[in-house]
Amino acid sequence: MAGKDATNSPIHIPSAPFRPGDTSTFEQWTAKPTDHSMPAINCSAEETAEHAAGLIRVLSDDNIASGDWNRDISAEDLRLGLEHMVRLRIFDDRMMKMQRTGKLSFYMRSLGEEAVAIAQTMALENQDWIFPSYRQPGAQFVRGRDMVSMICHCIGNEEDNVKGRQMPVHYTWKEGRFISISSPVGTQFSQAVGVGLASQYKGLDEVTISWIGDGSSSQGDYHYALNFAGVFKAPVILNTVNNQWAISSHVNIATAGKNFAIRGIPYDLPSLRVDGNDFLALYSVTKWARDRAAAGFGATHIEVLTYRAGAHSSSDDPTRYRPQDEAQCWPGGDPIERLKSHLIEIGEWSDEQHDSLEEKIDSEVMNAYKEAVKFGDLANGPYPSSDHIFTEVYETVPWHLEEQRKEMKRWRDA
Amino acid sequence: MVNMNMVQSVNSALDTMLERDNDMVVFGEDIGYFGGVFRTCDGLQEKHGKHRVFDAPLAEGGIAAMAFGMGINGLRPVFEIQFADYIFPAYDQIVNEIAKIRHRSGGEFTCPVTIRTPAGGGIKGGHHHSQSPEAQFTHTPGLKVVYCSTPYNAKGLLISAIESNDPIVFFEPKRCYRGPFYGDPHNVPTWKDHPEAEVPESYYKIPLEQARIAMRGDACTVIAWGAMVHVAEQAIRNSGVNCELLDLQTLVPWDRETVTESIKKTGRCVIVHEAPKTSGFGAEMVASIQERCFYHLECPIERVAGWDTPFPHTMEWDYMPSPARIAEAIHKTQEA
Repeated sequence: MAGKDATNSPIHIPSAPFRPGDTSTFEQWTAKPTDHSMPAINCSAEETAEHAAGLIRVLSDDNIASGDWNRDISAEDLRLGLEHMVRLRIFDDRMMKMQRTGKLSFYMRSLGEEAVAIAQTMALENQDWIFPSYRQPGAQFVRGRDMVSMICHCIGNEEDNVKGRQMPVHYTWKEGRFISISSPVGTQFSQAVGVGLASQYKGLDEVTISWIGDGSSSQGDYHYALNFAGVFKAPVILNTVNNQWAISSHVNIATAGKNFAIRGIPYDLPSLRVDGNDFLALYSVTKWARDRAAAGFGATHIEVLTYRAGAHSSSDDPTRYRPQDEAQCWPGGDPIERLKSHLIEIGEWSDEQHDSLEEKIDSEVMNAYKEAVKFGDLANGPYPSSDHIFTEVYETVPWHLEEQRKEMKRWRDA
Repeated sequence: MVNMNMVQSVNSALDTMLERDNDMVVFGEDIGYFGGVFRTCDGLQEKHGKHRVFDAPLAEGGIAAMAFGMGINGLRPVFEIQFADYIFPAYDQIVNEIAKIRHRSGGEFTCPVTIRTPAGGGIKGGHHHSQSPEAQFTHTPGLKVVYCSTPYNAKGLLISAIESNDPIVFFEPKRCYRGPFYGDPHNVPTWKDHPEAEVPESYYKIPLEQARIAMRGDACTVIAWGAMVHVAEQAIRNSGVNCELLDLQTLVPWDRETVTESIKKTGRCVIVHEAPKTSGFGAEMVASIQERCFYHLECPIERVAGWDTPFPHTMEWDYMPSPARIAEAIHKTQEA
């Protein structure tokens, strides 16, 4: 295989375990829902050592819920969670199709990771702050963002709330307490500590949640976040989404260890490792961390173990660096299939209901798409006015930008 | 000579130098097995070995720091920052460490690092995939700054940069990787049949500190670098003015003689860059030119640059200097 173990290397260079042409043989998980008890919310970091080393699950391989972390989530809420995940998957598919026709410049799907932001946001209160990386757009569905507005941002038309300034999927939505996404990876993680401390300073019952990828955990910001959160006992929930791949970089290049969760403990952060494709487990650990933060006991570090089933972005072709069917080999399965089969198992859902849900959302997405393109798209315009280039750089437009704006308009309108 | 695009010529430069210098190592995000998001390192790991071409963790500060350490201990590191916009976590290591070690150690340690990074706009990358931050490095004593513009000069300059014992920040205009850019987003030519895309497969060098005279003329000197060289070329053709186009190639230290000689001949000058105008490298050029050529100048020096704003996404064509804006500046110099 190209590039793999090409030479006797004098320095250690890690490889991905499987490359194109290989069969991915992940070790099957032995973790069971009954493995871990739920500690008290005021526990010490050390008391979570086994939770960090193990894997918290609520759904068994047969998608039966059990164990200490199995909370009493209503069937209605579970169906809502399933609906949001289906919504995100269908939305992503539509956006990818639009990207391929030039209606947007770029797109990133959440395929296989839909449960992460959706279950975790559902476990929060509406006043809590969401500080995402680029694969948590699903939180916006939970908070009720209008899909048309999301599409208008992605296709950069006149109704884009960030005025054509940002690449697609770099959502901003203050009303939903969803903080603007930045391309330089990892920056949000340490900033989230500041958001949380500001809430605490003001005496507000607000918790801040943030996510970082396994790849981005190499950045200094990851370590700043854990350290500052520990030092200041900030009301934050810091999630490392270990989805195995950062573009072409396997998690082996992000860490020589096999576990991210345990890194929180020396920073004095209780740390949990959770099956990221298990909606119920994600919900449960997040609720625990929220309760802990709200009660004034400080931050929690969570490793969300999952798999990036799609490409990094519309610019990426993962068949060049990993086996095509690797996602199907992932021991955690698919988050939508698992919650669906759990709901069917407990008599709260059926294949027929699922089919009609998909149909309903298909037309919801199609209608939103038709509505959004009325305001323009990247291929055909109209675009946000280029006057927006000069506004909100500062609070007011200084003389040199005013001069340049006039100059730009002279050319644009010529 | 072989026709190459700029991705291939950068690849060829790295390949050539890996072959010649066993102490050279290449690393960066996604550049090992995958060959980089722009494919500039494609096939190099397979050919030269994992220990010489490898992926690094996603930490630009760590990448620069590791290069510093390797550099002062006898290796010749060439690292890639995936987009120039992502160089800032490495800024401290580059500006305070890599750039200063020769001086601060009394010359006992040197750090022959080459920092390659795709820069500039025109790919609908928004403000975090489009910036051209050369001025943030030209202002740093100890660094040399190079900005290539064609497949031919990319390879020749990169080889010189790698061989240099001084640290170099080497900007590659990503919009020109697969073809020159003439300022019209709907015209997407390739490098096929372009004379500057005829590239030797073997070793050759273009000296640093040397500007390229891209077009000869005597009515006005137009100075540009990176993608703007091609936009300026288009502007000159549109203007009908007999301009001399200088592709600066190396910004620090820049080619004082070629620039001075040209302006003494033309008496007029337009400087073009896509980075913001305020404190852009054009400002340094204007100041230096008036010091050297004041009595030869027939009119004020014109600057055509990006606006002093973040780089936009959907409206990027209203941001980047266009052939029309440059042509107007050229005409203005002819009125004097």
